[in-house]
Amino acid sequence: MSYQTITDQPELLDHGPSSFIGKYIWSQDHKVIAIQYATTAIFVGLVALVLSGLMRLQLGFPNTFDFIDPSNYLQFVTMHGIIMVIYLLTALLLGGFGNYLIPLMIGARDMVFPFLNMLSYWIYLLSVIILMASFFVPGGPTGAGWTLYPPQAILPGTPGHDWGIILMLVSLGVFIVAFTMGGLNYVTTILQARAKGMTLMRMPLSVWGIFIATILGLLAFPALLVSAIMMMFDKLLGTSFFMPAIVSLGEQLGHAGGSPVLFQHLFWFFGHPEVYIVALPAFGMVSDVLSVHARKSIFGYRMMVWAIVAIGFLSFVVWAHHMYVSGMNPAFGFFFATTTLIIAVPTALKVYNWVLTLWRGNIHLTVPMLFSIGFIFTFTHGGLTGLFLGNVVIDLPLSDTYFVVAHFHMVMGVSPIMVLFAAIYHWFPLISGKMLHTGLGKFHFWVTFLGTYAIYLPMHYLGFLGVPRRYFANSGTEFIPESAQSLNASITVSAIIVGLVQLVFIYNVILTLRKGKAAGANPWNAASLEWQTPQVPPVHGNWGNKLPLVYRWAYEYCPPGVKDDFVPQNIPPEDLIKSDDER
Amino acid sequence: MGFISALTEKPWLAQGAGFGVGQVHVIDDETLSETKSIALKIFLGVVSVFFSLFIITFLARSQYPDFQALSGNVLQPFYNTRQLWLNTAFLFASSVCLQLAWLNVKREPAKPRLRYLWLAGLFGLQFLLAQLFLWRTMYGLGFYVSSNPANSYFYLFTGLHGLHLLGGLFVLCKAGVAYLRQGSDKQLRTGIRLCAIYWHYLFIVWLILFGLLVSSPETYKTLAALCGY
Repeated sequence: MSYQTITDQPELLDHGPSSFIGKYIWSQDHKVIAIQYATTAIFVGLVALVLSGLMRLQLGFPNTFDFIDPSNYLQFVTMHGIIMVIYLLTALLLGGFGNYLIPLMIGARDMVFPFLNMLSYWIYLLSVIILMASFFVPGGPTGAGWTLYPPQAILPGTPGHDWGIILMLVSLGVFIVAFTMGGLNYVTTILQARAKGMTLMRMPLSVWGIFIATILGLLAFPALLVSAIMMMFDKLLGTSFFMPAIVSLGEQLGHAGGSPVLFQHLFWFFGHPEVYIVALPAFGMVSDVLSVHARKSIFGYRMMVWAIVAIGFLSFVVWAHHMYVSGMNPAFGFFFATTTLIIAVPTALKVYNWVLTLWRGNIHLTVPMLFSIGFIFTFTHGGLTGLFLGNVVIDLPLSDTYFVVAHFHMVMGVSPIMVLFAAIYHWFPLISGKMLHTGLGKFHFWVTFLGTYAIYLPMHYLGFLGVPRRYFANSGTEFIPESAQSLNASITVSAIIVGLVQLVFIYNVILTLRKGKAAGANPWNAASLEWQTPQVPPVHGNWGNKLPLVYRWAYEYCPPGVKDDFVPQNIPPEDLIKSDDER
Repeated sequence: MGFISALTEKPWLAQGAGFGVGQVHVIDDETLSETKSIALKIFLGVVSVFFSLFIITFLARSQYPDFQALSGNVLQPFYNTRQLWLNTAFLFASSVCLQLAWLNVKREPAKPRLRYLWLAGLFGLQFLLAQLFLWRTMYGLGFYVSSNPANSYFYLFTGLHGLHLLGGLFVLCKAGVAYLRQGSDKQLRTGIRLCAIYWHYLFIVWLILFGLLVSSPETYKTLAALCGY
């Protein structure tokens, strides 16, 4: 197919912004949609952060805060979990960074279906509004835990068993519709709209991570939708898909014969890939940030791509490791333990490659780099405790204790958040044209990094002591020593500090947007395509008159015989300035 | 083996500009239509997972003692499958019309393909109405949504399948109306291409659901055993 610039087809730019509303509200530009997604996700994320602060206040200082009762507490736990996993992390990583980076990194002008992309954001916003509405309905939001296990999720006795759970299920359904619209766009754009020369193996790892994570999402979210629809039938129409014969508050209900374990299988068939829907984009983005700030090609690029693909595949055959205590055929337990441990191989390979990328690199300890190195620590620690929990015999005593809470917060809470911060600090100059304040950034990093360790390291110990998770209070439990309470208090203090320091980050963003110094084009001297747009920040259409031609991969750092220590993907070989030695 | 060879490429080695495969640089009608058809096929993959998961839960649930198969004995509604066959015929006719529209997609004038498109829409609508009639019949016979899990699945399967078809009808009407209003033949052609793929797919899904709803308890037992239950 012959090469032709899009300017020869001006009608294709007819979704260009013309007014303020067209530009910033009903925009079909992937960059604006990305910012809309990110802003909404960060807003709900802050709500979830406040909820976790309230939970910690109760745990650290029981009998102190009258406004937190057991029902509220369970509602905080539930809403914190579901918001963080789905409405913040999935939306910010794929809806936010996916939208922003894919077209720029592959050299496209926009997503292939801009209207669908816009619709995806507005439907996502609708799902957020429905979810937030559950705070204001009679009975409040659901308190069934983020896994929403039946039968208790829809029965009296559980907070929010009426409107709360209905709104939650509707909101999840709406979210999945939004995600599917976005996901189809990301995958098709990557397959169909790459610039000339941008082969699959020349794509930055960020795009690979987002690509495979989107495929996982497209295949895994239907399981959540199926379980949500069936639970809605059980709740509203009185069917018995998941509901067994049950006596509730002394009354025999009409349900009979349903299987709650069936729900668990469906839920975790979505739930485990969800971990990688969050992790894979983070893996990709951290690889890019590490490479740029270490001025070194990513180590083992092909292995990194294959590992992403392998992890994506394996993530669909490990789900039942979340259900060891639900009971299963021992042969299944063995199967799922084995696949769980196998997934550690490609994951460990990635960690080695990140470390080897740093090895003998020209490491610049910039704020994004600090967050990325922080991620290697938190992810390794979180991943290692996963090896404990993947084994049936070790999981059984540790299940439902704070060890599990500490594990998954390290591996899929703190770690993706570290990458998100790395990514925000790294790409902020591209998005806004301004450089975030470094001093404030470093302060933000150190308090967050050390603070999360102060929160989650002691939690592992609490888990070993057998302190159960999800409990409103632990008083009168003999096997829990007094010192555990002191530890809980210290965790709460750390959590409050880490929560508050996020305000410094928000202050930094606002300050920079108002008074920040201009970053200029490509301030990090990155080789990948998104930094090579004619204007920074990129304008609508991204590439001016001519689409870029791609000559090499995205990791050409310190090549021999070239003056600069990086070579952008779109510079022809004949235009390279040779180093003094070569001349 | 394009994908495998693409994944074994060594990008750190020097290659010329424009090296590689699979890029689209000209967004003309043909490629846009191709891109939409790729997106549709990915979407159909998503829908397949969606229905497969329902079917797996159906098979699992069918092995519980309270499950009464809808074709289990002469008193059950699907012991006689005449109505279901009639409904299937409507959907089949709809699918055939779209295939005929697709066969006419490049021929001039545009009228025959438009006629087939509308005919397909009418048969599709007829199928939906017939399904609603089936619901009414079932309800009249006392097979309520919550009285047995087999009934619940009947309403669930037919309802979700119907909703998917309704979405298809919307796209079909949009393509037809775009042609009538703006004379947009390219939209009509793309619409026919996408609708034909979607309709054939939904017809196959319906055949699977139909087969599942009228199978005997023994068949369920065998299928469930194959799935590990």
